[in-house]
Amino acid sequence: MNKFHVIATSVALAAAFTTSAYAGARFDAIKAKGFVQCGVSTGLPGFSMADDKGSWSGLDVDVCRAAAAAMFGDASKVKYSPLTAKERFTALQSGEIDILSRNTTWTLTRDSSLGLNFAGVNYYDGQGFMVTKKLGVKSALELDGASFCIQAGTTTELNLADYFRANKMSYTPITYDSSDETAKAFDAGRCDALTSDQSQLYALRIKLGNPDGAVVLPEIISKEPLGPVVAQGDDEWFNLVKWSLYAMLNAEELGITSANVDEMKSSKDPNVLRLLGAEGIKGKGLGVADEWAYSIVKQVGNYGEAFERNVGMGSPLKIARGQNALWNKGGIQYAPPIR
Amino acid sequence: MAVDQNTDAVPAKAALWRRPAFRATVFQILLVLGLVAFGYYLFQNTLHNLQLRGISTGFGFLSYEAGFGILQSLIEFDETHTYGRTFLVGLLNTLLIAGLGIFFATIIGFVMGVARLSKNWLIAKIATVYIETFRNIPLLLQIMFWYFAILQPLPGPRQSLSFNDSVFLNNRGFYLPGPVFGEGFNIVFAAIVIAIVAVIFLARWARKRQEDTGQQFHTVYASLAILFGLPLIVFFIMGSPLSWEYPALKGFNFKGGIVVIPELIALLVALSIYTGAFIAEAVRSGILAVSHGQTEAAYALGIRPGVTLRMVIIPQALRVIIPQLTSQYLNLTKNSSLATAVGYPDLVAVFAGTTLNQTGQAVEVIAMTMGVYLTISLTISMFMNWYNKRKQLVER
Ligand SMILES: N[C@@H](CCC(=O)N[C@@H](CS)C(=O)NCC(=O)O)C(=O)O
Repeated sequence: MNKFHVIATSVALAAAFTTSAYAGARFDAIKAKGFVQCGVSTGLPGFSMADDKGSWSGLDVDVCRAAAAAMFGDASKVKYSPLTAKERFTALQSGEIDILSRNTTWTLTRDSSLGLNFAGVNYYDGQGFMVTKKLGVKSALELDGASFCIQAGTTTELNLADYFRANKMSYTPITYDSSDETAKAFDAGRCDALTSDQSQLYALRIKLGNPDGAVVLPEIISKEPLGPVVAQGDDEWFNLVKWSLYAMLNAEELGITSANVDEMKSSKDPNVLRLLGAEGIKGKGLGVADEWAYSIVKQVGNYGEAFERNVGMGSPLKIARGQNALWNKGGIQYAPPIR
Repeated sequence: MAVDQNTDAVPAKAALWRRPAFRATVFQILLVLGLVAFGYYLFQNTLHNLQLRGISTGFGFLSYEAGFGILQSLIEFDETHTYGRTFLVGLLNTLLIAGLGIFFATIIGFVMGVARLSKNWLIAKIATVYIETFRNIPLLLQIMFWYFAILQPLPGPRQSLSFNDSVFLNNRGFYLPGPVFGEGFNIVFAAIVIAIVAVIFLARWARKRQEDTGQQFHTVYASLAILFGLPLIVFFIMGSPLSWEYPALKGFNFKGGIVVIPELIALLVALSIYTGAFIAEAVRSGILAVSHGQTEAAYALGIRPGVTLRMVIIPQALRVIIPQLTSQYLNLTKNSSLATAVGYPDLVAVFAGTTLNQTGQAVEVIAMTMGVYLTISLTISMFMNWYNKRKQLVER
């Protein structure tokens, strides 16, 4: 019951007498409790999805696992909280979760007025449309007067309104709580189109009764940089999450994979040695073990591996790297150096 | 005992602080002050904590542009209106579903409650099965069931079922011609108001006459005549200032006229049927609480069964029914917030959902939302208490 959920967390916020008195309080608290509480979606193939045994996987899940690997040397020290789009920020603000890694778009409002910090971008996305083939629509500009199934509490709601306003077209939004209902309503013909971040359209299409009956339109109407988020007030924890993601990106750039990471330890490249904790500042600045990045690559893999496994060619989604390729491979994924 | 009596009988001249009444007042004032102080402390603390965490506070957001659309709005709304307006839109949608739900649940409840006591075996069994089934299935499931049960079989807009080319039914909603009021319609409207007032006076007069003289007057027929006759006459005198706008398929969907969205229908059906089952039980218990002697006495006087039910049993049963009815009305109103499950844009879905999420101001938004439900609930309670008082046994 998400109503009670929101009420409960707001009451918790209101009653939070104990203010984190020192920086790093959360970092220490996570260390003490021994696991990372990770806010994920209620089920989005490729990004965060539980299998029938209840174990989670996905590109967003891997960010949490990387942070746990850096912190504890064990990527499995993660517990998951499935959240709808509406619930996610309250859960983070109230301290119920440590990281929100749930295809969340980095925007000015969210970064500046919700008490949150975005720790990077693990997927560059943009909003798109999916329609049934029967409709015979080729472009979003032909959708004047159409109705759209969308999810509440998302940037999708806002972009849709902006797009139709800018193009002087009319539309009807039908807003659901979870992606499951959104997909089901689209399946049942309640709306002409389903709109969401494009990657999620491919993910939702798998969930449809007849996936081949739906097409994704070519238009992208917004910028959706998706990334992990933490609550403000603990820079140490913020740093660790940020650099866990950067470590995955740097590892791909340096050609370190989960398969060759042990051999790489004897590499002559100082960049590789610094990442694997043999040289340089090691784990000192972050306050974790020296082999923090080694644990990430060994247990989670580098960014490219995670991408291919979850959403790329090794997955049912078959999304091309596109913008999410490394900066030196034609994409825009770029991580600051580890040194 | 003896001690008690002693303290009660403190002489009026005793020191002020020894008087029980005075002391009671002082303690009550202290308690209230304490509560207010505690509330203020909580409030300040919350503000402080929110600021510390970099979360915006205050009600300034209510005047910012909302930037999102809402499926159904009883007042003008588009994405350029404010967050404050989304509150109103959500509130009106909540009141609409609660009002309609209470209306239908009451009808269903009374019919089924009486039917369950019927001497006709089949009717009684049908009512029993209805009550036992719907009371025992979680409401959320029922809402989802009706929603997809309505959506699945209905055709898309281009294959709409149509009646007379003016009423259409498809999986986007139920489309009806909408009235377009022409010039002079306000006079017709005034005639309707006058007719209603006249009927109320007529009913009072008829009752007084019956009490005084024992003569009955056929209020029903006279009322109907006034209610329809007067406005109709005025309507034609004014030259029929009313036209209809028919829904028509334009592009993807129907435009024009009135649309009843499937979310509203599903929610309304589920809420009415679910709450109706509880009301039916309240009605049954109320009727059973009236001693059987009343029925026998009425029959002995030669009063027909239907009249006995209406004039003898129900008025007495109401005294038992009304308090239970009140709590069912309150339940229905609060349950209407399950709307968000099927995308009906009620207060919780729109304001405590999207607006909360876009602004992140959970404390303010939830406080306002809870305030609304509290106000609606207290209003219903007050009204029902007033009605209950009127129906109470007046001892002469
Ligand atoms: N990136 C957007 C949209 C995120 C979003 O919630 N998308 C939906 C797509 S339908 C989703 O992932 N839902 C999964 C769920 O509800 O568990 C945002 O941050 O507001």
